[in-house]
Amino acid sequence: MYKYDDYDQQIVDERVLQFKDQTRRFLAGVLPEEEFLPLRLQNGLYVQRFAPMLRIAIPYGMVSSTQMRKLAHIARRYDKGYVHFTTRQNLQLNWPRLEEVPEILAALASVQMHAIQTSGNCIRNTTTDQFAGVAHDEIIDPRPWCEIIRQWSTLHPEFAYLPRKFKIAVCSSEQDRAATQVHDIGIHAFLNENNNVRFKILAGGGLGRTPMVGSVIKPSLEPEHLLSYLDAVLRVYNRYGRRDNKYKARIKILIKALTPEVFADKVETEWSYLKETAARLPHQEIDRVQSFFSEPDYEELTNINLTDLALSAEPDFQLWLRRNVHPHKKPGYSAVTLTLKATADAPGDASAEQLEAISDLADQFSFGELRVSHEQNLIFADVPQNRLHELWLKLRPLNLATPNQGLLTDMICCPGGDFCALANARSIPLAKSIQRRFDNIDFLHDIGELDLNISGCMNACAHHHVGHIGILGVDRKGEEYYQVQVGGASGHDASLGKILGPSFKMDEVPDVIDKILRTYVELRTPEERFIDTCRRVGVQPFKEKVYAKVA
Amino acid sequence: MPKLLKDQQIRNDDFQIRQQGPKEPFLPEGNVLLHVSSIVHAIKANGQHKGQVGIWFDSSDEPETVTHTLNQFPVIAVNFPGFFDGRGYSLARLLRERWDYQGDLRAIGDILVDQLYYLKRCGFSSFRLREDQNPDYALAALTTFSGNYQTAADQSIPVYRLRHQL
Repeated sequence: MYKYDDYDQQIVDERVLQFKDQTRRFLAGVLPEEEFLPLRLQNGLYVQRFAPMLRIAIPYGMVSSTQMRKLAHIARRYDKGYVHFTTRQNLQLNWPRLEEVPEILAALASVQMHAIQTSGNCIRNTTTDQFAGVAHDEIIDPRPWCEIIRQWSTLHPEFAYLPRKFKIAVCSSEQDRAATQVHDIGIHAFLNENNNVRFKILAGGGLGRTPMVGSVIKPSLEPEHLLSYLDAVLRVYNRYGRRDNKYKARIKILIKALTPEVFADKVETEWSYLKETAARLPHQEIDRVQSFFSEPDYEELTNINLTDLALSAEPDFQLWLRRNVHPHKKPGYSAVTLTLKATADAPGDASAEQLEAISDLADQFSFGELRVSHEQNLIFADVPQNRLHELWLKLRPLNLATPNQGLLTDMICCPGGDFCALANARSIPLAKSIQRRFDNIDFLHDIGELDLNISGCMNACAHHHVGHIGILGVDRKGEEYYQVQVGGASGHDASLGKILGPSFKMDEVPDVIDKILRTYVELRTPEERFIDTCRRVGVQPFKEKVYAKVA
Repeated sequence: MPKLLKDQQIRNDDFQIRQQGPKEPFLPEGNVLLHVSSIVHAIKANGQHKGQVGIWFDSSDEPETVTHTLNQFPVIAVNFPGFFDGRGYSLARLLRERWDYQGDLRAIGDILVDQLYYLKRCGFSSFRLREDQNPDYALAALTTFSGNYQTAADQSIPVYRLRHQL
């Protein structure tokens, strides 16, 4: 994993001092709220419904056990003893005190972490595949490129006051686990016919009010020109993106208005002036960053037959093996998901005690490193298969062995109206009532792979448009209602869900989901997943069932 | 009189900024900045007028059409209608890096101390501070960071080159 050198450390330390001074001036009444606002946002600090919320960056989802222990300490010392993992592979504290935020940032800097640009109209945390570096279908490791982008975007002087926020995702495997088609920029790494690394650049994807899938604006880009090309895209957006209406300010609206072809031409012209400048990446730097992501000291192991392993142990362990254990490029190793979605826990929440226990287990089982996934789970990327059972036994008492990865109850859920000032409706109580209703693990396994995403408003933090079932909180004359859609998907075959019809009250939603699932069970062919059936039959049968009048 | 931060010093900014207008602008005595839409008059007045004549761009203006005239002016300004309007950062970099403007590039409008570091990196050489800004903070703000990750219009060598002594 990447380690700061003196340059990195100094920049983060100086940023802490800068924000300390800005906070002091704000508290002294010298800096007015509206001028402090973008400064605090670009240091991760929102002011929410009940308290400030601090969003801490976990660059491309990688975190060490040492960092995790510091996060546990911060959660206990400055907050209520728990943290929330987000769909942006970040972490949120829901109850910090504004006056203490500079101290929290200093504590983060002591373990090479920060909250820079986790909010605000700037370039946000770059995200990637949670299985980067270990995925069996990986073409190259995307993490060095994410780190190179992280450094370029950090305190970029030209792009701190963009029309709107800007999100970049990188994917370099056959299966897109980073939802790159719904990002402002999606980067796909591939090998060309001469086995050289190239990037395909997509732009203009996004969710929110106007969901869109990105368009290819550059089919093949040489890696050394990545930063100058990004500069060119951002410059065209910074100059011509709409600033008169925040709902039309994302790059997707500009690209749609210009057409992807015209936008790509403008970028190309801009780039022609930038590519042969000092913005060109030296190969020494590419090599240096890549050297941090070399393989850990894997043992020479051979693959274990997981079916045999499953049969030799408890039935619950079999389910867990099936759902939460993933293939690994190294023989004898597996990646393991710890779902933060046990019944009665808010999705994505973890207590300080859990974080500490997880850190200890990461040291014992997975080279002291963890990943955060955009499904709001944690991952041990490098677990020897001959120790899977031992790990499972240790995760169970921590309530971290729920065998529901990728199933209905492994839902993606934003903080919603309980915490967020933007929300129209609460999402966590709804998530809990769905988890309670569908807690029969055999039923869940029978339903199989199903992404359920719940957003509390159309800002779509939980990506409800690309959930197989998507739920959106709406406000109807001051009351919370929920709109339900089906047929969305993320990944290489991304699609946007279709709304079933009029929205429902919270207590009606579990029944609606039940009807949707029953429709699927009736209509599916033996090999069909939920999304496959949706695609084949369309939205109509679901609609009929859900809105059928009781005779 | 507004304060100008330039060459590490704070002084009074005696430039008068003429707003954009359809008519031939009246040039008062002394230093003056005309909007780019009056560039023909600015070019004419330059050298004859008592005092310096410069032009200013608003954040939505496109300097592309007048690039060959830029270096006639000792001062060019870019206006920030609000500090959150980030277009001026890109304009400054273009003026410096693409159109090779050599004179004094001035940030005017809603110029606050907390934006100065980025403004400087994008090529601005002087800053007309909004009247309520504390000049002491302004000077300190220019040296907030000792290293930078990116190339920009200042002379700073990005960290990815420094690391390898390139």
